[in-house]
Amino acid sequence: MTDRQPGFSTLAIHAGAQPDPTTGARATPIYQTTSFVFNDADHAASLFGLQAFGNIYTRIGNPTNAVLEERVAALEGGTAALAVASGHAAQVVALQMLLKPGDEFIAARKLYGGSINQFSHAFKSFGWNVVWADTDDIASFERAVTPHTKAIFIESIANPGGTVTDIEAIAAVARKAGVPLIVDNTLASPYLIRPIDHGADIVLHSLTKFLGGHGNSIGGIIVDAGTFDWSKDGKYPILSEPRPEYHGIRLQETFGNFAFAIACRVLALRDLGPALSPFNAFMILTGIETLPLRMQKHCDNAKAIAEWLAVHPAVAAVNYAGLAGDKYNNLARKYCPKGAGAVFTISLKGGYDAGVKLVSKLQLFSHLANVGDTRSLVIHPASTTHSQLDDAQKTKSGAGPDVVRLSIGIEDKEDLIADLEQALA
Amino acid sequence: MNHDTYSDIYVREILNGVKTIAMVGASPVNVRPSYFAFKYLAERGYDMIPINPGQVGRSLAGKPFVASLRDIDRLIDMVDIFRNSDAAAAVVDDALALNPLPKVIWMQLGVRNDAAAAKAEAAGIKVVMNRCPKIEYGRLSSEISWMGVNSRTLSAKRAPIPTGSFQRMSLNRASISGGSTGAADRAAQDKPK
Ligand SMILES: Cc1ncc(COP(=O)(O)O)c(C=O)c1O
Repeated sequence: MTDRQPGFSTLAIHAGAQPDPTTGARATPIYQTTSFVFNDADHAASLFGLQAFGNIYTRIGNPTNAVLEERVAALEGGTAALAVASGHAAQVVALQMLLKPGDEFIAARKLYGGSINQFSHAFKSFGWNVVWADTDDIASFERAVTPHTKAIFIESIANPGGTVTDIEAIAAVARKAGVPLIVDNTLASPYLIRPIDHGADIVLHSLTKFLGGHGNSIGGIIVDAGTFDWSKDGKYPILSEPRPEYHGIRLQETFGNFAFAIACRVLALRDLGPALSPFNAFMILTGIETLPLRMQKHCDNAKAIAEWLAVHPAVAAVNYAGLAGDKYNNLARKYCPKGAGAVFTISLKGGYDAGVKLVSKLQLFSHLANVGDTRSLVIHPASTTHSQLDDAQKTKSGAGPDVVRLSIGIEDKEDLIADLEQALA
Repeated sequence: MNHDTYSDIYVREILNGVKTIAMVGASPVNVRPSYFAFKYLAERGYDMIPINPGQVGRSLAGKPFVASLRDIDRLIDMVDIFRNSDAAAAVVDDALALNPLPKVIWMQLGVRNDAAAAKAEAAGIKVVMNRCPKIEYGRLSSEISWMGVNSRTLSAKRAPIPTGSFQRMSLNRASISGGSTGAADRAAQDKPK
């Protein structure tokens, strides 16, 4: 029993978690503490100097959070991870290690609306300049590369459109440009897609969605694939050059193929501060244990409902990559053969008003701004999550006025179909 | 033997079996990786000897530097090489001239010399290349997990607790492999040396 590699479901339950050595507790304890005592002054100095592995203060690391980090790293096939307070915190922490004011990063136009806002406004105010490209036109990524480009950012399955991205094609652009590919894998979860296997160098998640899976905790995570050489050309000085905060250590030289995750922890998280509560880490960990079961049921339900909606007279179009004949069906077959996720959009023949009406008449679907809950969810993006975008941006990101987004839960699909039927009538 | 991958059992047996470790190329500068590894292994109870001809007269974590393997007056279980891959050959030759021979020759992350390894193995010495003993200790004990690092081990057994200090985990922990990092392993092999 040494070199046999356990499967995904085994990792979802065991990776990172072992019985507590002092109490024997089998479930991961919630280490609800701000701080950790040192053995002596020398031990404290070693910890602060990054010479020893261990815990200092929960803003920088916590044993409950560490179980979550190791588990998601194992599920994604990465070398290390860092859990933070939200998916958005993961994005700011990861990019802060790569960009300085005046730098650029290329991002897919089809992204979660909140990310479009974060990139267009908050990041702009830091001097991090987003350059948009279109995942349906890989050449648009190539054209966007300049000497200032520091990263490429895409979603594996895009929110809200549910479109599947050709990760390998964009990874090839990133490799040629000598920059890391960052993939937000929130909507797929590693059960459906493991972006690192397709060339991603960094994987991000909003843990708030399918990984936690129960709609009870906000969280985010950054996974280091351990694939990128940060020291090859001086473009990433935070990782390759001596750090004054740590007496001049070079992070990649010291931490090798998990240096990016360490940099995010000991610099960005330490200094910016968006730490995850250990209680949330515990809730999300418990959710992950059933990820394979839930995710399969989410996908099976979503496919059945998408097929039912596709032939409904009130529905103009169903954009679900899991449907035969969908524009993204070939990519879905390649990247996520187990299922195309559970978030998709429909457009209604009745336009904006029909969208508003559908949302208000549904009884089992909850009208709220989230995805990836056990419960089925519905929202009209044009009037909510994407309302801050102009009409052209709305349509480009898959959230036109007639579009309704569904996040299919793991209830009995017959009940969900009955609910849609009465609401569309 | 195949030096691309090592089983956890092989590495754990080595780290459990050695007591005295001579680190060739150890640096007294407290931000160098060799300093980190030296101090960490000393704190875990290994009898560490720093070797660096340019540092004789100084000491590292309280241990005096010696100029070469030949200048050590006691039995050495393991030689840990913090030099580049070419320079490793001469260090292995020095190690093979010791009497008695060391049990293990370990070359650090990024250091690999297959010819020198073959020579050492022919003399009955176990070899590890392109690994860091600090990282391997941290991984197999699971201490490294506190940093969110994928230890690539799974365990449903309660680990023994090292006595006398906090924030330590035992190397004698029952574990199986789990959580492979194929992409990082391939990237390491493709990296120009
Ligand atoms: C794809 C995607 N990325 C990132 C986020 C942001 O995550 P959080 O809300 O946890 O900050 C979301 C949230 O909806 C999302 O759907």
